[in-house]
Amino acid sequence: MLKIKNLHASVEDKGILRGINLEVNPGEVHAIMGPNGSGKSTLASVIAGKEEYEVEQGEIFFEGEDINELAAEERAHKGVFLSFQYPVEIPGVSVTNFMKTAINETRKAKGLEEMPANEMLKMIREKSELLEIDRKFLSRSLNEGFSGGEKKRNEIFQMAMLEPKLAILDETDSGLDIDALRIVANGVNKLKSKDNAVIVITHYQRLLDYIVPDYVHVLHQGKIVKSGPKELAHELEEKGYDWIKEEANA
Amino acid sequence: MELKDKLVSSFMAFEDHLEASSPIHGIKNQAIKTFEQKGFPSKKDEAWKYTSLKPVLKHNYSLFPKQETAIDYNDIKKYLIHDIDSYKIIFVDGKYSSYLSQTTHEGIDVCLMSAALSKTKYRLIVEHYFNKAATQDSLSSLNTAFSSEGAYIHIPKNKLVEKPIQIIHFATGNEAALMLQPRNLIVVDENSHVQIIERHQSLTDNPVLTNSVTEIFANKRAIVDYYKIQNDNQNASLIDNTFIKQKQESHASVHTFSFGGKLTRNNLNFYQNGERMDSTLKGITIIGDKQHVDHNTLVHHIEPNCESHQDYKGIFGDSATGVFNGKVVVEKEAQKTNAYQSNNNILVSDKATINSKPQLEIFADDVKCSHGCTIGQLDESAMFYMRSRGIPKKEARALLMYAFSNNVLESVKIPEIKTRINKLIANKLGVNIGFDL
Repeated sequence: MLKIKNLHASVEDKGILRGINLEVNPGEVHAIMGPNGSGKSTLASVIAGKEEYEVEQGEIFFEGEDINELAAEERAHKGVFLSFQYPVEIPGVSVTNFMKTAINETRKAKGLEEMPANEMLKMIREKSELLEIDRKFLSRSLNEGFSGGEKKRNEIFQMAMLEPKLAILDETDSGLDIDALRIVANGVNKLKSKDNAVIVITHYQRLLDYIVPDYVHVLHQGKIVKSGPKELAHELEEKGYDWIKEEANA
Repeated sequence: MELKDKLVSSFMAFEDHLEASSPIHGIKNQAIKTFEQKGFPSKKDEAWKYTSLKPVLKHNYSLFPKQETAIDYNDIKKYLIHDIDSYKIIFVDGKYSSYLSQTTHEGIDVCLMSAALSKTKYRLIVEHYFNKAATQDSLSSLNTAFSSEGAYIHIPKNKLVEKPIQIIHFATGNEAALMLQPRNLIVVDENSHVQIIERHQSLTDNPVLTNSVTEIFANKRAIVDYYKIQNDNQNASLIDNTFIKQKQESHASVHTFSFGGKLTRNNLNFYQNGERMDSTLKGITIIGDKQHVDHNTLVHHIEPNCESHQDYKGIFGDSATGVFNGKVVVEKEAQKTNAYQSNNNILVSDKATINSKPQLEIFADDVKCSHGCTIGQLDESAMFYMRSRGIPKKEARALLMYAFSNNVLESVKIPEIKTRINKLIANKLGVNIGFDL
């Protein structure tokens, strides 16, 4: 589904990713861990198509197609979704209207008619129940005045609405209390299928108790320095990242 | 001949039609003298530093259109808020159109300035209020000298006027260039409530210059909500001079939506004579090309325990220029004043300009006054967020701009106006936003 080859990327001439190789297949959950500043969020943004990041070298294939030149919205239309670490507040646009616009623009790009209003409402109801979101919440301005937990739940709600093939969860666990973490993880697990894939980016192993990865990759100085099964996450939790850094520098 | 000279010499001919005994006659004579002495303002005047009238004064304007022109309702329907029941005072090339209008004298007076100026039954009101709020600046004086037509609205006490009143001026383009000087007098007595919509619309690309004066008197506990829709053609310019005198416990609001025209100058002045009242001044400006919109506001707090709220949003594209000059004066006696002012702008082009200048003159020591001004570009992180959800760049921009200006619409009390303004915003931004506005 996703194939990244020797990816180098920079922002404002500062190299951040220095040769990433990663392959994600349908049905898989990959965790990307690593110390602060290792390039985790940059990798997420580059896959999603943030323009400020310059891809200097390497390729990103999504379902066999090189998506490097595609705009963020085109990648979204193909089924790439990024759950933001810091969701942006957009006063004046309600959650519902934002989702209607996103879904209908995606449908338009695929040559489909707009989703009928009753179908949209039904979908919104189902998905908001999945994330235990109060209906009143949906008429509020997008992310404006939301608590950390509400913002993250809203991200996963959007994911549920857009039904992406590849979901990248960037530090979705940060700022969540244990109840919110459970709700969010539960939502992600219910959306998982053999046809879609998830990349979980996290600093801590905590979220991975709920969203169990098939593979764990450790990012350090813009490179994946170690990959392994889910047990690697536990090892990192116990031993920290220093041994990884030492191994990498050795 | 320069426009100024033409105006001054035309006044003599115009004066012949005036009733010499009318109390207004003296006021007009004085006003033309004031204009003759002061002339049109230039960029040397501090209040006109960023707005030059030169390009709009160069045309050879007709001051008195030669013929009356009938226009068809279907051609102008779209410029009206036609989906609600309303009173309408409609002018075509400065002349009242009884065919298009719907006035009333049942309990309230919604009619014509010319009638008010000539009929004895209105004399008391006219003498009491006419030119009592307008200042003696050159443009208002010019209007006063020539004022003969416009809207006259008098709401006696304890009347809730359920139907909004639309005041609309059309220019047909029958004159190669036309100057209009409408004069509106609006008196709202104790406990009464009125909603007014004003619009100036040129039907061709022939140059039109409108120098309008509106005097509004909101008496004790009156509520006045005024909406100005400015979306005129590219060669139409408007100088809007509006003066609002408020008495105790009244509420007055003016919303100005500026999307069109060549040059628009809004001189909006609020005078608070009394306690416990509030004044609201809000505006959305979205312009492009070489359009120019200048908001020059004044709120004069004279007595204690009053509030004012100013909120102006601007989006400027291409080579458009905007000005916001917001002055708040708090007199020494006006303790416990709460004056709030905010002006936020987005420049979507490198060539667009905004000059924003808050002016606070505070002589009282126990007041809350705040002002804030921002000038920025569209938030890139918000753009990426929306695009990552599949919303294309153009629509994302539109949605952001819509969101940026949206909170100004929250205080609009007539849903049909809200819908109309939303549509105008969407049109102006050139997109169909994917949900019902």
